[in-house]
Amino acid sequence: MIVAPVDIAAASVMLLLITGLAAVLFRKSPGFLTTVSFYSCALASLMAVTSGIWTVAGNVTGKMVLLSGLPDLPFHLRLDPLSGFFLTVVGLLCFFVSIYSAGYVKAMTGRKPVVKLVVFYCLFIAGMLMVVLADDALFFLISWEAMAAASYFLVMFEDEQIENRRAAFLYLVVAHVGAIAILLSFGVMAGLSAGFDDFSGFTFDAMRQAQFPAKWATIAFLLAFFGFAAKAGVVPLHVWLPEAHPVAPSNVSALMSGVMLKTAIYGIVRVTFDLIGVFPWWWGGLVLALGLISAVMGVLYALMQHDLKRLLAYHSVENIGIILIGIGLSMIFTSFNLPVMAALALIAGLYHTLNHAMFKGLLFMGAGAVLHSTHERNMEEMGGLIHKMPWTAALFLVGCVSISALPPFNGFVSEWLTFQAFLLSPSLPNQVMKLIMPMGAALLALTGALAAACFVKAFGVTFLGHWRGRHQPNVHEVDWHMRTGMILSALTCLCLGIFPTVFIEWTDVLSESLVGAKLSTSATSGGWMWLTPIAPERASYSGFIVFLGVLIVYAVVYAVLHVNPGKIRRGAIWDCGFEKLTSRMQYNATSFSMPIRRIFGFLFHIREETRVSPQAAHSAFPARLIYNLRIKDRFWNWIYKPVADATFRVSRQVGRLQQGRIQAYLIYSFLTIIILLLVKSL
Amino acid sequence: MNGIIVETLQIAILIGIAPAFTGWVRMLKCWMQGRTSAGMFQPYRDLAKLFSKDIVLAHNASWIFRFTPYLCFGTVVLAGGIVPMLSTDLPLALTADVIVLVGLFAIARFFTALSGMDIGTAFGGMGSSREMMVASLAEPAMLMAIFTVSLLCKSTSLSRIAEVIYTAGFVAKPSLAFAFIAFILIALAENGRIPVDNPATHLELTMIHEAMILEYSGRHLALIEWAGMMKLFLFIALSSTLFYPFGIAGTDNPAGVPVAAVALILKLFISGVVLVVIETGLAKMRLFRLTEFLGAAFLMATLGMLSFFILE
Amino acid sequence: MNIQTASQINGFLAAFVLLTAFGMLAQKRIYSLIHLFTWQGLFLSINTAIVGYVANKHHLYISSILTLSLKVFLLPYILHALIVRLNIRKEVETVVNIPATMLIGIALVIFSYHLTAPVTELSTLITRSTIAVALATVMIGLLMMITRRHAVTQIIGFLAMENGLFFAATSATYGMPLVVELGVALDVLIAAFIFGIFFFHIHTTFDSLDVEQMARLKEEDYTE
Repeated sequence: MIVAPVDIAAASVMLLLITGLAAVLFRKSPGFLTTVSFYSCALASLMAVTSGIWTVAGNVTGKMVLLSGLPDLPFHLRLDPLSGFFLTVVGLLCFFVSIYSAGYVKAMTGRKPVVKLVVFYCLFIAGMLMVVLADDALFFLISWEAMAAASYFLVMFEDEQIENRRAAFLYLVVAHVGAIAILLSFGVMAGLSAGFDDFSGFTFDAMRQAQFPAKWATIAFLLAFFGFAAKAGVVPLHVWLPEAHPVAPSNVSALMSGVMLKTAIYGIVRVTFDLIGVFPWWWGGLVLALGLISAVMGVLYALMQHDLKRLLAYHSVENIGIILIGIGLSMIFTSFNLPVMAALALIAGLYHTLNHAMFKGLLFMGAGAVLHSTHERNMEEMGGLIHKMPWTAALFLVGCVSISALPPFNGFVSEWLTFQAFLLSPSLPNQVMKLIMPMGAALLALTGALAAACFVKAFGVTFLGHWRGRHQPNVHEVDWHMRTGMILSALTCLCLGIFPTVFIEWTDVLSESLVGAKLSTSATSGGWMWLTPIAPERASYSGFIVFLGVLIVYAVVYAVLHVNPGKIRRGAIWDCGFEKLTSRMQYNATSFSMPIRRIFGFLFHIREETRVSPQAAHSAFPARLIYNLRIKDRFWNWIYKPVADATFRVSRQVGRLQQGRIQAYLIYSFLTIIILLLVKSL
Repeated sequence: MNGIIVETLQIAILIGIAPAFTGWVRMLKCWMQGRTSAGMFQPYRDLAKLFSKDIVLAHNASWIFRFTPYLCFGTVVLAGGIVPMLSTDLPLALTADVIVLVGLFAIARFFTALSGMDIGTAFGGMGSSREMMVASLAEPAMLMAIFTVSLLCKSTSLSRIAEVIYTAGFVAKPSLAFAFIAFILIALAENGRIPVDNPATHLELTMIHEAMILEYSGRHLALIEWAGMMKLFLFIALSSTLFYPFGIAGTDNPAGVPVAAVALILKLFISGVVLVVIETGLAKMRLFRLTEFLGAAFLMATLGMLSFFILE
Repeated sequence: MNIQTASQINGFLAAFVLLTAFGMLAQKRIYSLIHLFTWQGLFLSINTAIVGYVANKHHLYISSILTLSLKVFLLPYILHALIVRLNIRKEVETVVNIPATMLIGIALVIFSYHLTAPVTELSTLITRSTIAVALATVMIGLLMMITRRHAVTQIIGFLAMENGLFFAATSATYGMPLVVELGVALDVLIAAFIFGIFFFHIHTTFDSLDVEQMARLKEEDYTE
């Protein structure tokens, strides 16, 4: 074989780095720069997708050792099916978003120099690709940091506003705390696999072959899980996510929410299933529990938002939770040695990983389109955009339906598979777990239903009704680049929803290599049209027929009713005969979520205040009412504030060392040397 | 071949008889409350009248508003091909298991809620908001009740569940009893019946479902109303499949279909009586007391699940 | 009646006992609470009779009749009389956060299942699967005593706890010896009487049966 998938992947990374470097040269002509560099990114992403699909489909594993890196510590690259899968996820969304960006960033060129955005965009994608390709701890961490740093600068892109700078700083802090945990985890594993005197343990191969003592394996897992959970935005480490994702340019938000979080999922799967390999059931229980909490809390927080992009960011917390539910279940099943069920749960989690990348990317692109043409992120001001932006509205709707887990779109398939995995829990040997598992399924159902409520709100308030703000801006539909990016991801959402068997056959090698069982023989036993995860008589689903069936009934009914159609008369709004309806009387985001806010209010820190203006003639007819609602994340006060306060206290103590006189510092150095010598001599 | 005939028959029965069932319920209700009823076939006359009328559409109605009635009708008809009413031998049964069925109802609700917000009236938004609140509490309870049955039958496929429960004969199981009670409570909520919502109300502030579809007229309204009637019918059929599938024809028994049809009609008559007794005996609840109602449904479903593991 | 049916009915009654326990946990009105308690007693007494029949233990019939007369007729009557006498018929209790209490209740059921799993495995009785429910009923009764503020509802919680204990004895070992059972029944009866007397005292002292009022009896709080 002349060209291997790993070569294509490496070439893709190179192309991205070159594009990033070359972008600096063309800063004088921003129009040319954006077109060429985003096309180049799209091409590179397409290459990554090709190599990823090829790797998984052909079950090939390619390795590469780069001579760069530190002396004696070369960089190792490895493209196995797991990397290939994540390479596909990352590449696919990057491809769509790059096309979209060509339009989105071009529209920015008049206002701001965009060269910084282009450079870090390339670096960001390259970083994500390198993370999944890395096969040693050093290269992994370098790529991880490159990805984090690039995304930090992208979040900082619109740094005129103080809130953006604060969000970026918070992001940087959490990212680094997480990175330290990951570094320590790799340190533990590397040390245990080859001893602490030598560096040969730092490759993933060495870790894979080593047998870790249970206690150390647990420490390594907990550290790694903490680090990756911080990146993925698992509750309670999620607070940076709804701050940082919305303030980045929308194409970057799409990538951050859509695929950057997935690199953390990759890390968790890689470390647990591949590097450590053998684990007790409670690891899976921990992942499952945190997944469930993230899913429910994420969607509830999302329901409380009225900033479109913040709402979407909180939904990322929810969806990461759903992915972790699948992975946690898979870990539990694996530890009880039930490989087929583990395969089902793992595939459900990975399927949702791909699905979430697609629909969340689509939704953020849609939100970007709305932001681009209305210059508004606050949903309370919006409304009626479906008439001005029909394309964006229809495509955003596809994203809404997909993320709300409604058939026949893709979000439904992966949640359905997760439900099936839950329903297999009676095979577990542990009695109490049998009882608790269905409660998890109920929580997942709650999440799905609340997500549907949330997206009725998001779509309904943004695109339907009338414009709610006082001054209606001049809204126009977005250009073809942006539309193409969204159309492609919408189509992917639909295809993943109605052809799930293709996906499951494709990912067979993954479950086989990670948990030792295949799904495709049973899952496609009824033909490509029917998805039957365990057996046809146990459960089956055909997204294709659901799609087709609804379409056929629709067409027949439409045709029958339009043989001799009655007239359609356009008239004024009826509204039970009430008059003087204004656009301010519509339900908005806050009022839509009021019932749910009342029911689940105890989970939030809510301050609600209604003030009647004093100069009213009669208390029953106030001239003005002022309503204030503030909803805060309880975790902020529970966890972050104490930690931040403690940090400040400690740094104040440490600050006393700072004397300002050179002699004092010399004394410090001198004392250090003395103590070190003393210790060494003992 | 047999399967396709049964399938067609089922869908025909669903479309054809659903209005009569609603008429039956309304008639019984009139009797119970000492009113004169308009007869069992009034819903047909209503539908015919609505279909023959022109549509008045608000100026700013978008395509979603016009798309929703057809979609609601489509999903419910498709669901009718999936729920075994006459026979478990349905070619479409493989298309969807019971979770997908819940999803099908959810998509119809999703779009109905959107069309409630489309015109931009206060009532429409209010209806959508409340409907989604009720749905988000009802859906977990519904799935929990269904999971109890499907854990018992080791399947989520409706045909399979019906077969297992049918062949097991009448075995009293507390888990099934609890799940059934939970299912009844949720069916009341999902179909907008008393005590959750009043299907006959036009008092604006108490409406849920009606508030969403206020702006509809003509054939659009007819389709939505018809879909609502079919949904009620389907829930009766679904509960029959899950809890009392007696009389249903098995896979190898096409001759049992007429018997199954008679059994179905009998069950419908009885369910109508039960529904009317519940609706007449209860008053509509305040919106925020619904959490207790749906919480009770969830508790019942959970107790069913627990007693499945503990007692059986 | 064969063993199969008996075991089924036993399971059903256990489920109903659990249901009434949850019902009492959520019920706000004192009247309905007493009704629920009566139902629970009835289920218990039927269950005891059936177990007695199947296991051929005739002393269980006596326990059953004892339960019936005591928990279905006498105690509810006493409570009724108390409520009428104290004129608290319409009082609705403010119960804190019913959904949370329910969730704790469900968790308690799971916990008791976990605790009794080893016992269930060793036992060969047809009633073995209901031990978990019995233990859960005890715990839910205790939970009810913790979450309630009203003295009458607290005593109902206490009686529900006793129901659970009785049920546990029936399911685990086909009932306690008759002497013990008689003793317990007498204790419960006397406890009910003593509670009744206390109610009068509390009521006359505080003009209310809210046990939160008793916090005023603490010395440092006495400022008036």
